Amino acid sequence: MTEHEDLVKEFLIESYENLDRLDRDLVELEKDPQNKERLGSIFRTIHTIKGTVGFLGFTKLESVSHIGENLLSRMRDLELLLDAEITTGLLRMIDAIRRMLASVESTGQEGDEDHSDLIAHLTRLNQPGRAPAQAATAPSATPPAAAVAEALPLVPAPVAAAPAVPAIPAATTATPASGGDDTQRTAVSDSSLRVDVGLLDKLMNLVGELVLARNQILQFTATHTDSSFVGATGRLNLVTSELQEGVMKTRMQPIGNIWSKFPRIVRDLATACSKQVQIEMEGKETDLDKTIIEAIKDPLTHVVRNSVDHGIEPPEERVRKGKPAEGRIRLRAFHEGGQINIEISDDGAGIDPAKLRGKAVQRGLITAEQSGAMSDHEAIRLVFLPGFSTAEKITNVSGRGVGMDVVKTNIEKIGGQVDIQSTIGEGTTLKIKIPLTLAIIPALMVAAGGDRYAIPQVSLLELVRLEGDQARQGIERIQDAPFYRLRGNLLPLVYLQRELGVDRVRDEDATNIVVLKADDRQFGLVVEEINDTEEIVVKPLGKQLKGLTVFAGATIMGDGKVALILDVLGIAQRAKVVSELRDRARAESAHGKADGAADLQTLLLFRVGESDRMAMPLNLVARLEEFQRTSIERSGSQEVVQYRSQILPLVSLSKFFTGADAAAADLRQVVVFAENGRSVGLVVDQILDIVSEQVVVQRRSSRAGVLGSAVIQHRVTDLLDVHAIMRKTDPTFFDTADAAA
Amino acid sequence: MASVQSSRQFSTFFLDGLYFGVEVLKVQELIRYQEMTRVPLASRVVRGLINLRGQIVTAIDLRRRLDMPEREADRVPMNVVVRTDDGAVSLLVDEIGDVVEVHEEQFERAPETLKGRATELVTGVYKMQQRLLLVLDVERTIDVDRAMAVRAA
Repeated sequence: MTEHEDLVKEFLIESYENLDRLDRDLVELEKDPQNKERLGSIFRTIHTIKGTVGFLGFTKLESVSHIGENLLSRMRDLELLLDAEITTGLLRMIDAIRRMLASVESTGQEGDEDHSDLIAHLTRLNQPGRAPAQAATAPSATPPAAAVAEALPLVPAPVAAAPAVPAIPAATTATPASGGDDTQRTAVSDSSLRVDVGLLDKLMNLVGELVLARNQILQFTATHTDSSFVGATGRLNLVTSELQEGVMKTRMQPIGNIWSKFPRIVRDLATACSKQVQIEMEGKETDLDKTIIEAIKDPLTHVVRNSVDHGIEPPEERVRKGKPAEGRIRLRAFHEGGQINIEISDDGAGIDPAKLRGKAVQRGLITAEQSGAMSDHEAIRLVFLPGFSTAEKITNVSGRGVGMDVVKTNIEKIGGQVDIQSTIGEGTTLKIKIPLTLAIIPALMVAAGGDRYAIPQVSLLELVRLEGDQARQGIERIQDAPFYRLRGNLLPLVYLQRELGVDRVRDEDATNIVVLKADDRQFGLVVEEINDTEEIVVKPLGKQLKGLTVFAGATIMGDGKVALILDVLGIAQRAKVVSELRDRARAESAHGKADGAADLQTLLLFRVGESDRMAMPLNLVARLEEFQRTSIERSGSQEVVQYRSQILPLVSLSKFFTGADAAAADLRQVVVFAENGRSVGLVVDQILDIVSEQVVVQRRSSRAGVLGSAVIQHRVTDLLDVHAIMRKTDPTFFDTADAAA
Repeated sequence: MASVQSSRQFSTFFLDGLYFGVEVLKVQELIRYQEMTRVPLASRVVRGLINLRGQIVTAIDLRRRLDMPEREADRVPMNVVVRTDDGAVSLLVDEIGDVVEVHEEQFERAPETLKGRATELVTGVYKMQQRLLLVLDVERTIDVDRAMAVRAA
C-alpha cells in the first residue's frame, strides 16, 4: 500500500468514528442547544474533517464540510440557535459525507453525487435573517428541503449521560484538547489500543485449546498424587481460568456501542412518522462478546424501529388516551443468571391478542380451533410466525412481515431466547436472554445408550430423580404420550435414547428427568444417567452433520473422548413437545384456568360400580394410587389406609352411589383428592383415562354427588361433585384449622 | 503435448481388496485406528467423531460410502485424514498403502466394470504393475448428504 493509501485508510477509520460521534452529539445538542462544550466539540470535529479532506485533496467533501463548519461556527458564537430544522440539515450533511467516504473506500474517489442542493440548503439556514432566539418554536418561513413534518420540536427530556467515548480497546483520535470534555477523552484514549479482531479470535481459540489441555491434565491428578505435580497443576488451573476470563473480556464490548446509534434512528423515524418519541437507555455499559453484538445488532434495530413505527401512537391519539404526547422507548440491559438480559419496552398501543388471533386464522397460519385454545400470551407470541404482520400499512420502515420471526431466529441461532409481553393500550415489552459466551459454556453431562451427552446449563431448570414406584405413579399418559406431574403441572416427557434411536443400556428402576426449557415451554428429558456439570469448549460439527438439529456441536471431555452437545430446542421440536402451537392435550396447572365453560378441560375418567362412567377435573386430582385390598384397615367406621406415613381415609364411590361395595378386587384404585392440607382417597372401580375435551354440561342433576352429565368421548358421563360427597361423608373435611383459641 | 507435470503422487489405501488413492497434497496425516464417538441420527456413512489433537474430526467409512460390504468384525479401520475447506475429515480404510508416483501415460478412464457409487467418486484409473489404482475425488467423497441417510435406512 502506498503512503497515500495508508493515510486515506487511517483517515476513513477515524472519520467514521467521528461521524458517529457527531450523530450522537447533534441529537444531544438538540435537547440542550446552548451547551457550550458540546457546540465546541462538534465544531472542532467538523473542522478537523474539513482540514483533513482538504489536505487529502477531496474537494467535494471539503465544500460540504465547510458549509457545516460555518453553521457550527455561528452557533458556537451564539449568533444562531440550533433548532430541529438545522439539526436535520446537519444530519443530512453527515450522511452525505458518509456516502462520499464510502465511495472513497471502494473507488478511491468521492463519487458523482451532486451536493449543490444540500449546500444551498445549509447556506440558507445560515442566513443572518434567521432569528436566533425564536428558532426553537416558530416554523421556518422557507419550506425546508428536508421533510420536517412537525411544527413542534421534540421535547427534550433527561437521558442517561451519553458516553463521549465507547469503552472498547480501540483508539479514538484525541481531538485537540481545549475543553473539559476533551481532557477526559484524551486520558481514556491514551490507555487503550487498537487490536485486529482476527488476532483476538486467534487468542480465543488458543485459550480454548488450553482449557481442554488443562481439563485433561486435571484428570491425572486423581491418580498421580505427587505433591509437586498436584501443586503445579493447581497453579496451571488457576492461571488458565484467569487467562480464559481475561481473553473473553478483550472481546467484550459494551452494548452501548449498538445503542448509541438508536437516538438518531429514533429521531429520524419519529420525524418521518410525525410522532414524538424519546428513547431511554439503562445498562449501556453491560458487556457482550463481540460475536453476540454482531448477531443482535440488526434484530435490536428492527425492534426499536418497530416500536416507533407501530407501537407508539401519534401524539393526538396519545393525548386522547390520556397519555403524554411523547412516547417512550426504554432499553434495559443487565447480567443475570449467567445470561445477558435485554429488554425493549414502549408505552405505546400494545398488541391486541384478539386481532392477532384473527389475522393468523385469516392467513391460514393456525386453525380456528387452535386459536381458541390459546392463552393471550401465546396469541401475542404469534407475531413470531414467519410472514406475519398486522400492520395495516406496510411502510418502508417495517411491517413487511419479515421482521419478528427473523429477530427470533437470529437470537435463537446464538442460543438465546426471546419473549414478548404486551397490554393493550399500555405498551409492549420484548425480553431477550442470551448466553454470556458461545465458546466455553457450563454444561450438565448425561448419558443415554452408553454414550455421553452435554446439555447446556442455560436451558436447564431442574433435575428430578424418581425411584421405581414413584416413576410408575408419577408418569401419566395422555393419549399415549408420557407426562410427569411436577408440582401440579404436567410436564411432557421425552426419552433421550428413544429420540436418538439408541438402545437403552442401563436397566434401572430409577428414572432420571432433566427438566429443560425450550422456547417458552418446559419439558422433561429422560436420560439413563446424570453426571457432573462441567465447563466445556463448544466446537462446531462438520458440514456432514450440520443438518442434525438435535446437536448443537461437540466437545472434548477431560478423558480425551468426544461428546456431543445436545440442542435443547432441536430435541424439543423433534419430539414435538414444542411447536408454534400445542396441538396435544394440554395440561392444566393446579391453579386452574379461569376460562369459560366452552374451553377445553382435562378430566379424569373412571368407572364406578358395574357400568357408571364418571369424570372429575384433573386439577382436583392430587394423585392416582393403587392399594392392596389387604392393606385397607378400619378406623372406627371409616376405611383407611397407611400411605406415606399418613393415614389416608377412604371413601368408596360405589358405596356412596349404589350402596353396594366395590367388586372384590385385590387392587383398589384410588383417586386422591386433597384440599386445605387434608387428603381423602376416593375408591373407584377402574380408572379409565385422562382426556382433554370441551365439557358442556347437558343435564343438571339432582343426585347428590353429581354435578350433571355431559357427553365425553362420545359417551354419557356423570360429573363428580367431590365437594358435595365430602360434605356428606365427612362434614369436617373442609374445616380449616381454627386458630388455637 | 507433453504436460509439465506428467507425474502425480498419490497416497494409497485398500478397501475390500481394491486399491485406491487420493492426491498426496490433500492428505494431512495417516493414523491408526482411533476411538470414535458415534453420532446418532447421522447418515450411516458417518461412523463417528475423532479427537485429533484437540480438533474434532468427522470419520467417514469409505466402505459404506462406496456401497461395499461391511468390514469383517475383527478388523479395525485405519484413518486417512484429508484437508478440506471445512476442516479435516478422516476417511476410514482397511489398510494404508504407500505413497506412489504415477505418470500420465499410465492414466486410463475408469473401467466400465466399476459399478454403482464408485462411478461418481472415482475420477480415473492408473495402471500400475500389479494392479489398478482408482483415484478418488476427495471433495465429492466427503460430501455426504441426507439422501444417503434415507437410502441407507
